[in-house]
This record gives sequence, C-alpha cells and structure tokens, in this order.
Amino acid sequence: MLALADDGLIAAQRLAEWTSRAPELEEDVALANIALDTLGQARLLLSYAGELEGAGRDEDDLAYLRDEQDFRNCQLVELDNGDFAVTIVKLLCFATYQHELYSALRRSTDERLAAIAAKAVTETEYHVDHARLWTLRLGDGTPEAHQRMTAALGRIWPYTHELFETGWIEPELLAEGVAVDPATLREPWLSTVDKVLVEATLAVPDDDWAPTGGRHGVHTEVMGYLLAEMQYLHRAHPGATW
Amino acid sequence: MAAAHRVAAIAVSGSPGRRDVLQNLAAVTGCCNTGGMERQEVPGASGLLSEVAAAEAELRAAADRDRGGDGAGVAAGDELAAYFDEVVGADQKIEPRDWMPEAYRKGLVRQIAQHAHSEIIGMQPEGNWLSRAPSLARKAILLAKVQDEAGHGLYLYAAAETLGVSRAELFDKLLSGRQKYSSIFNYPTLTWADVGAIGWLVDGAAIVNQVPLCRCSYGPYARAMIRICKEESFHQRQGFDLLYTLARGTDEQRAMAQDAVDRWWYPSLAMFGPPDAESTHSTQSMAWKIKRFSNDELRQKFVDMTAQQAEVLGLNLPDEALGYDQPSGHWRYTQPDFGELMRVISGDGPCNRQRIEHRRRAHDDGAWVRDSAAAYAAKQRTRKAAA
Amino acid sequence: MTVENGQSTVDSQDWPLWEVFVRPRRGLAHSHVGSLHASDAELAVRNARDLYTRRQEGVSIWVVPAAAITASSPDEKDAFFEPAGDKVYRHPTFYPVPEGVEHL
Repeated sequence: MLALADDGLIAAQRLAEWTSRAPELEEDVALANIALDTLGQARLLLSYAGELEGAGRDEDDLAYLRDEQDFRNCQLVELDNGDFAVTIVKLLCFATYQHELYSALRRSTDERLAAIAAKAVTETEYHVDHARLWTLRLGDGTPEAHQRMTAALGRIWPYTHELFETGWIEPELLAEGVAVDPATLREPWLSTVDKVLVEATLAVPDDDWAPTGGRHGVHTEVMGYLLAEMQYLHRAHPGATW
Repeated sequence: MAAAHRVAAIAVSGSPGRRDVLQNLAAVTGCCNTGGMERQEVPGASGLLSEVAAAEAELRAAADRDRGGDGAGVAAGDELAAYFDEVVGADQKIEPRDWMPEAYRKGLVRQIAQHAHSEIIGMQPEGNWLSRAPSLARKAILLAKVQDEAGHGLYLYAAAETLGVSRAELFDKLLSGRQKYSSIFNYPTLTWADVGAIGWLVDGAAIVNQVPLCRCSYGPYARAMIRICKEESFHQRQGFDLLYTLARGTDEQRAMAQDAVDRWWYPSLAMFGPPDAESTHSTQSMAWKIKRFSNDELRQKFVDMTAQQAEVLGLNLPDEALGYDQPSGHWRYTQPDFGELMRVISGDGPCNRQRIEHRRRAHDDGAWVRDSAAAYAAKQRTRKAAA
Repeated sequence: MTVENGQSTVDSQDWPLWEVFVRPRRGLAHSHVGSLHASDAELAVRNARDLYTRRQEGVSIWVVPAAAITASSPDEKDAFFEPAGDKVYRHPTFYPVPEGVEHL
C-alpha cells in the first residue's frame, strides 16, 4: 500500500516540476492534470495506509515526516525529469504499469483498495494514452526528437525492471487476494509498451542492467534532494497546521 | 476524469464572521465545479460573482434586444462607424467579423494580450512554491490554481486571436518586451505565506478589475472573462483560507502571514494603474465600453472590500491612515508609490529579468517538441493522401 | 518562433488553430467555447478535454480546424463586415501593437 502511495506521490512531485515549463501551454495544462490525478491517488492510499497502521498518522505525517529509507517508491519515479523525451518515456512506462496494476487491484479482496483502484484505472488509462500520443509524435517526428527518445529509453528502461519484482510483498497478502503479484503484470505491460514503441519507430532497449532497491528503502542520490525540498517547510514548523 | 479530488475541500468552518467573508469573497453561482468546496448562494446582490452572473444575463438579453435603429440595408463605408457606435451604444457586443475602428482593435489586442501574458507569467511566482507546499491538500489546491492560470492565459490568447493576431506573434512581443504583463508578478514569493497573499490580495485586485470586463463591448473578450471570473472564484478564497490558517497558527506562522501582507499590499493597490489624472488610455476605452470604471474607482472598491476582510483575518494592512469614513461609506487609504510602479513596469523590478528568462527558456526548450509534433502531423497527412 | 536581433520570424512549424465545440449535457447541442493550438486533430481533442472541460463542463467535444470554417456575415440583417477574407480567425491584416504601459 505504501509502495503504491509513494509511487504516486513522488511521480506527482516530479510532474509538477513541469508547471510553467512545458513545451506548449496546452501541454502545461495536460501535465498538471496528470500530476493532480496521481497526487489524488497517492493521498487516498496514504490516508488508508495510515488508518491500517493504526498509529494515528495521516497523509501529511506519512508524506512529510518519514525519512528517505522509509519511502517505498520505485526508483523510476524519483529520477530527474530530464528533457521532455525522458518525461514522456517515464510516463509511458510508469502509467502503463500503474494501469495494469490498478486494473488487477479492482478485484482485490480489500474493498477499499478495490474502490481506489477502480477510480484510478480510468485516470491511468488517460495517462497511458497521453504518453502514447507523445511517444508517436516524438519517435516518428523529427530526427532530433527520435534521437532524444532513443537516448531517453536507454536511460529509463533499466529502472522498469524493479516495477515487476515480487519479493517485497508479504506472501499472505497475495494469498488472501488483497495484493497483486507484480511479476504477472510484466507481460501485458511489455505488450502495450512494445506496441507503442514499434508504432513510434523506436527500438525496445535490451534488458541488461536492472537497478533495484526502492521497495526496500534504497533510493538513488536524487531522492534526498527531492525530499529535502518537499519536506523542509513542513518540518521547519513541528506540529503546525497548514 | 473526476475533478472532485483536484481541489481538496477547503473546510469552511470557524467563526460565523469568517463564513460571511468567505461568502462575499467568492460565492459560486455558476456551473463550475470546484471540487469539494461548498457551493454557496450570494447573500444580497453585492457579491462579485453575482455581478459576473448579471453580466452574463445582460449579454444574453442584449443579444435578443432590438436596437431600434434601422440596421438594414446600408453598407456604405461612411455608415460603418455609425453602425459600430450604434451597437456599442446599445450595449450589444462587437463580434470578430464586424467592422471596428482600428484604434479599437489595437487597444483591445494590447489589453487582451497584456492580460493573457499576466496569466502566464503569473504562474511563476506561485509555481515557485509547488514543490514545497507544506501539506498535500495545499499542494493539490495550488497545482489546480496554477493550472487554471495556464488555462486562463489560453482563453485570452484565443480571444486575442479573433482580432487577427497569432499567439506566436504575441509570445514574440512578450519575450522582446514590446508587450507588458502585470507588474505585480515582478515581485518575488519569499515565503509560503506569499502564496496566500497573492491569492487574497493580488487575485482579489484582479477580480475587481476583471468583473467589469465581463461587460466589455467585445464579445469574445467578455465571454472569456465570464468564464475566467467564474473559475477564479476559488482562487481568492484559497488565498484567504491559507492566510486565515496561518494567522491562527504558531507565532512564526502568524509573523509569516503578516510579513507577506506587508509586502504585497501596496503592489496590489498599484495593480489598478496610475491615478485617473495620469492614465493615458482611459477616456477612449470608457467610451468604447472596453473599460467600465476608472482606475481610482476600482482601487477604492478593492480597499473597501479588503479592509473588512483583513479584520476578520486578524492581520494588519500596513497603512496607518486606513480608516472607515462614515459620510462617504468608503475607507480612507494611502496611495501606493506610483514612482515604484513605473520603475517596475519599465523593467527595474526585482524579478523582471527572471520572469522573462524563465518564459523564454520554456519556449526555446520546447521548440524541438513542437517541431516534431508538426513533422509527425505532416507525415500523417502524406500517408493518408497516399492511402 | 525565433527572435534574432530583435527581429521576429514566425516559423511555419507553429501549430494550427482549432475551434472547440462542447456538448455541455446530453440533449443539448454542441456550442462553441473557444479555440486552441495543436499539431493535429488527435492532440487537439486531447488538449480541448484538458482545457475546456477541467470542471466537467462537457460530455462530448468536437474540434475543427479554424481554417476549414467558412463564415457568412455575422447577422443577415447587419450587412457590415470586412468584405475581405472568409476565414473566421485569420484576418489578413495584422495590426502592430504599440508599446503600451497599462495596468492589468
């Protein structure tokens, strides 16, 4: 639960960095929409995670007062935005993963999680489609954009393997049908991503390097800076209400 | 996609006094869905939003009304100006293909472009705090607000484009300094409370300025403004709510809120422009019903509205002379430093260079993306033609 | 668009203008709400959805290239309009905008 929430929270934090910087005003509005959806999903999940924990922590306690090692997001979402090509490749890979995951979680035996997933599915479907539209226009547009997309794929692809790791989920949650085994999502994920890349005349990168650790609290060096920025004000005023 | 979660509920709770102020700030009368925020009816006819609704109703009524004059059959050149005057005189709207005096068109393009640029440049000072918003609810609200500003800029560029200019030309004029944006955005946002001060004071001043524009004689501009004013109802409210929370928080939070109000008050007053005696564009704009009230009238209206709200907030407006004048029913106040306004407009504000540089970088960095999308569209057309 | 030595040139790559029509509710006709720029129709629909229905104002969207619209006079009775040019949003005349110092 915390892993899903953190994925959304950190992805939204990165997407919101595009605000007032997008390639066209229309895209500024679109990226903000996606960030708002993703942040909204994260908030629902964080609140629920806090309730399940039963220690009285709310969404803000979890977002602002945990240290880096306690964040369970995949490393993919914390990576720098890079240029628009990197952002679109990240979005394609991440939103497709989220879409597969939430589609499966609609059938979770945990009713509240299933309800959150049902709402998120329609949102992520739109995110995937947005990433697809842009992947086509950048992959099959100018040579410069094609080259940038190829470089972005090379940079992002290694971090997609972590999305489908299984070991970190408690076996009983899988057995009870609460959680979904991420490994089962890799095939439908690859089929979607592969189709988009082929249509965009882009090559699917080789699977070699597969960095990992996010689900266990091991992050990349940029994560500390992201959290420092996100959390500093909240932490500078302990106990304050905003 | 559900918008409901976008703007997380701003709880309208607390003292009755505060509730009244919030209602006056922005009662939602239109069809816009501002998420979890309560919809409230306007108490009395004084609410600004009811003026927006009235402007919309007037626009419809004017469209139905017979002007009484004989509009039929006369198309000679000399008659065009008389016809234009008749339409404006009857409070009907001029539309894109109507004949209009060149100065009217020029003045409108300048004003709408400046307004559009202000929305786009205005994303920066608040966007500056998006990554650091101190709660997730505030982060979502601020993101939705800054996104609205991009949307409003787009509505306004669209209105300007009906006058025969392209958005690319307008961008060019913004980046080269030939068109201006509101000088208020050349001030920096130094603390989180500045986000609240911008919402309450800057958006408050903007709304006072904008509501009369809903009655502007140019149809596309009037319609854009009606849409914008309805959507902005939540902007000022969120700023007020943010400051209200800080003012009732820790000593540090309260000090932060007061400091922000101290810094933003006079620049907000300056947003209404130079005093009437020195305003260059006013007279003709009034006659053409582009502008409906003078700078000083609008400034007074803003002070009257804001002084009472400051009392509810429990924050001081930094003006020793501020006081209610019973006979006139208005608040006395100290004028802003118009010399400073002129210096900031002419490029000498704290952030002029950064704001334009930021915009230019976004535009330049996006060039390869726009080019590639255009190239893709051209390829698709060729493929379709060949198929 | 590029700016060189203070001289501006408008690239041919600038995205075209699209007019947006939204059906607010079932049972009502699509009505014009504004315009936007997009490189192609698919992106135009996408952008229109993000821009003009952020607050759930519509159930259906049409986008039309502005250049494809042919207009009559605005009002049959009012025979006053620019005789030249029959594209709504592409007036042939461009009026340079003077330097102006104005409040918002």
